[in-house]
Amino acid sequence: MAEQGKIEALYNKLNAEAEAGGYHLNPDKDFTKELVNGLLVNEERYGYPACPCRLASGNKEADLDIICPCDYRDPDLTDYGACYCALYVSGEVLAGKKKLASIPERRPAAGLPKKPAFPVWRCSVCGYLCARENPPEVCPICKAKKERFERFL
Amino acid sequence: MTMNNVPGKDKGSVKLYALSTCVWCKKVKKLLNDLKVAYDYIDVDLLEEEAKAEAKEEIIKWNPPCSFPTLVLGDKKCIVGFDEGKINRELG
Ligand code: SF4
Repeated sequence: MAEQGKIEALYNKLNAEAEAGGYHLNPDKDFTKELVNGLLVNEERYGYPACPCRLASGNKEADLDIICPCDYRDPDLTDYGACYCALYVSGEVLAGKKKLASIPERRPAAGLPKKPAFPVWRCSVCGYLCARENPPEVCPICKAKKERFERFL
Repeated sequence: MTMNNVPGKDKGSVKLYALSTCVWCKKVKKLLNDLKVAYDYIDVDLLEEEAKAEAKEEIIKWNPPCSFPTLVLGDKKCIVGFDEGKINRELG
C-alpha cells in the first residue's frame, strides 16, 4: 500500500490530465484510488506504472503496451465505456447512463503480431489528426465531439 | 505453489487466481467472502519467478489469455473477470 498522500497527489494529477484531454477518471473514488495505489505499487516494483489489472513481466520493452495509460484504453472506452481496469470511463458512464462490469481482455496473448495499420481520423473543427481504430470521444485539442471527426485516410 | 485458504461452506474446489493490485480481483474476493464459500486464492503478482510461471501455466489451461481474475470451479468450469451473475449462480 502506497502512502495516502502519494495516492491523493497522483489521483489529482491523473484527474486533471484526464479532464484536460477529454478523458474522465472513474467517478467511484474509492475504486479509482485503489487503482491509483496499484499504479504506485507497480511503479515501485517494476520502475514503471504497469496496468494494475494485468500481470507485468517486469521487462519494460515487453510491457510497453500495458504501461498506463495502455494501448488498449481508447478502443475499450469506445467499445465498453471503460478501460480494462475501469480507471478511465466514457462520458456516458460518467453521466450514469451505463453500468460498469469487467470487460474482456483485448491485449493479444503473447506472440500474436500487432495490428499493422490504423485508419486516420480528422477533427473537422480544428484539423487534429489521429491514427486509431475509432475517433476519440472528444477531440483532445478543441473538445469537439466524436461525430465531428471524419475519416481522413 | 501453495494457495491461501479461506474457510467457509464447502462448494467443491474453488480456486481464484488474482493480482494484488487489481480491483476486479478484489471484488471477486469480496463476493466469495460475502457468499461465505470456502476457497483458495493466490496473488500471482506477488510470487517468485518459478511459482509465477507455474501459476501462469495453470491459468492458461483454463483461460488462454491469462487474464485476471480467473476463477476455477471443481476443476471443471472457469469464470473469467468479475462476473457477479455467474458467480452467484454457481456458488450462491
Ligand atoms: S486498463 Fe486502464 S488502468 Fe490499466 S493500464 Fe490501461 S488505462 Fe491504465
